[in-house]
Amino acid sequence: METKSRTFLMVPYYLWMVLFVVAPIVLVGYYSFFDIQGNFTLENYQNFFTGTYLSLTLSSFWYAFLITVFTLLIAYPTAYWITKTKQKQLWLLLIIIPSWINLLLKTYAFIGIFGMNGSINNFLSFLGLERQQILYTDFSFIFVSVYIFIPFMILPIFNALDKLNPALLDASRDLGASQWVTFRKVIWPLALGGVKAGIQATFIPALSLFMITRLIAGNKVITLGTAIEQQFLVTQNWGMGSTIAVFLIVFMVIIMVLTGDREKGVNQRGNY
Amino acid sequence: MKSLLQITGVLLVAVAVLIYINSQLTDTSSRASSGTITVFNWGEYIDPELVTQFEEETGIRVIYETFDSNEAMLTKIQQGGTRYDIAVPSEYMIEKMKEEDLLLPIDQSKIPNLENIDPYFLDLPFDPGNQYSIPYFWGTVGIAFNPTLLDGQTFESWSDLWSPELEQQVILVDGAREVMGMGLNTLGYSLNSTDEQELRQATDRLKELGPNVKAIIGDEIVETMRRGEAAIALVWSGQAADIMYVNEDIDYSVPQEGSNLWFDNMIIPKTAGNVEGAHAFINFMLDAEIAAQNADYVGYSTPNLPALDLMDPEITGDTRFYPTEDMREELEVYRNLGPVMLGKYNEYFLEFKMSMNRN
Repeated sequence: METKSRTFLMVPYYLWMVLFVVAPIVLVGYYSFFDIQGNFTLENYQNFFTGTYLSLTLSSFWYAFLITVFTLLIAYPTAYWITKTKQKQLWLLLIIIPSWINLLLKTYAFIGIFGMNGSINNFLSFLGLERQQILYTDFSFIFVSVYIFIPFMILPIFNALDKLNPALLDASRDLGASQWVTFRKVIWPLALGGVKAGIQATFIPALSLFMITRLIAGNKVITLGTAIEQQFLVTQNWGMGSTIAVFLIVFMVIIMVLTGDREKGVNQRGNY
Repeated sequence: MKSLLQITGVLLVAVAVLIYINSQLTDTSSRASSGTITVFNWGEYIDPELVTQFEEETGIRVIYETFDSNEAMLTKIQQGGTRYDIAVPSEYMIEKMKEEDLLLPIDQSKIPNLENIDPYFLDLPFDPGNQYSIPYFWGTVGIAFNPTLLDGQTFESWSDLWSPELEQQVILVDGAREVMGMGLNTLGYSLNSTDEQELRQATDRLKELGPNVKAIIGDEIVETMRRGEAAIALVWSGQAADIMYVNEDIDYSVPQEGSNLWFDNMIIPKTAGNVEGAHAFINFMLDAEIAAQNADYVGYSTPNLPALDLMDPEITGDTRFYPTEDMREELEVYRNLGPVMLGKYNEYFLEFKMSMNRN
């Protein structure tokens, strides 16, 4: 009886998964085998490995990598610091709130801040320095992306650090470990699950960022996401768009696998 | 768990109240309604007051949606999720939509104001006899520039953009046809070229422009130029007019090698649910006074002859925005190149964009 009702309750989930997860992936795979005129072809895959798309993929990875590294560099100390404060929830809330605001709105705000006559340049000229081109550079692209991803990196790392049993740290100190050694041998490995989750939440979306590439980087940075959008909406070449999407999915799976032993890790170590 | 239920309850009640208020509001505004029409237009391409005026005069409620490229519009109409009654594509897209059987024929007897339209803009090759489309606006592609930020450069020729002094100064519009067209025109080729060799050369020429390019963006160009953020931009004529409306320093020029002349026409897509209403809307927009007010607001060139008489002669006599017929002869209209060629244009355009990253 119970198992029956349980299977019954699973039906909406299975339906959801099939309709919105499995079916789209299958369709993307299917479309990737057709050219712009609707003929079956493998040309899209061949095309992907020619100069333009390959360098597009590489540069996409490079930018996603940079974004992830900087996000991690900022997010880890911040998360660590929050666990040490008295008002943990308040600080966490203050960091989370900006992520509730629509991404595009925040991006538009940066156009104003980084512009030739924006706040930063006004400040520079106030100091008697020359105005700098900030908008439409690699710097502005990475800065804004990092800003957007920081909350998504802080949250999992904070959760992992917060769950750390303080007794372990005391034990480490009692046994004569320096602070650095404690961090390296105790804190880092125990919170690694959170870091991996944060990397997943940053690196994968960073590969497919698209509006920011136009608004902040002036299309001088092209990510896989931008290329897919262009293929579907402008060129109407659904085949090539799907092919890029297939590769994006493959890259995502690889990254998931590489950073994947998260649950296992947390459980095992959380049981200490 | 209990508080979760409470929150959900509160949210549900709030949503129900809001839906009720909303339905009350819409009810009162469309009481005298004779249906609705859904208009699908470019962004910033109509005076919103005119939409209200149309609703008041006819009792037809207007749902207004915008798009930012012909291709995006086509995709939405092909998918048919929304019952668009009016759309405003450009000439090559009308040709394509006709081929794909996405248009309904227009009953000209229901559009008496059609007589206002300059015959020059009627019966064009992309739609002989205006069976499917009625002119809305027309214009050119050219260079908007801010002389106060430049040392006296002018832009008589496309190749002026390649001048080494203009490093990081030029903004391009994010459109494959516009940018590739510029590359082709610079070399003296047709902007409808389908010759691989010519496209290859145009792309290589564009790559040399790389160091001068500040950004490749969309509608944000207008704001960027207004604020004096950039000195030079490749724009559509109406965007230039929009920019000049706010920032009087800006000038606009159509280079001598030739450029694009375009027409945006109103069409009734196959998805239409209110064909009568769509005709009423087209006729309304062709009224001389309405067209004049709209052209004043939007800044593009109107094909409506009596409307021109109602407008400021300083604007309608400005050959930068109302080039004479002789000048128009020098310009080229985009042809529908078909999906394969359009794909090639976009591949080359992508290659050009990618090349900038290595600078």
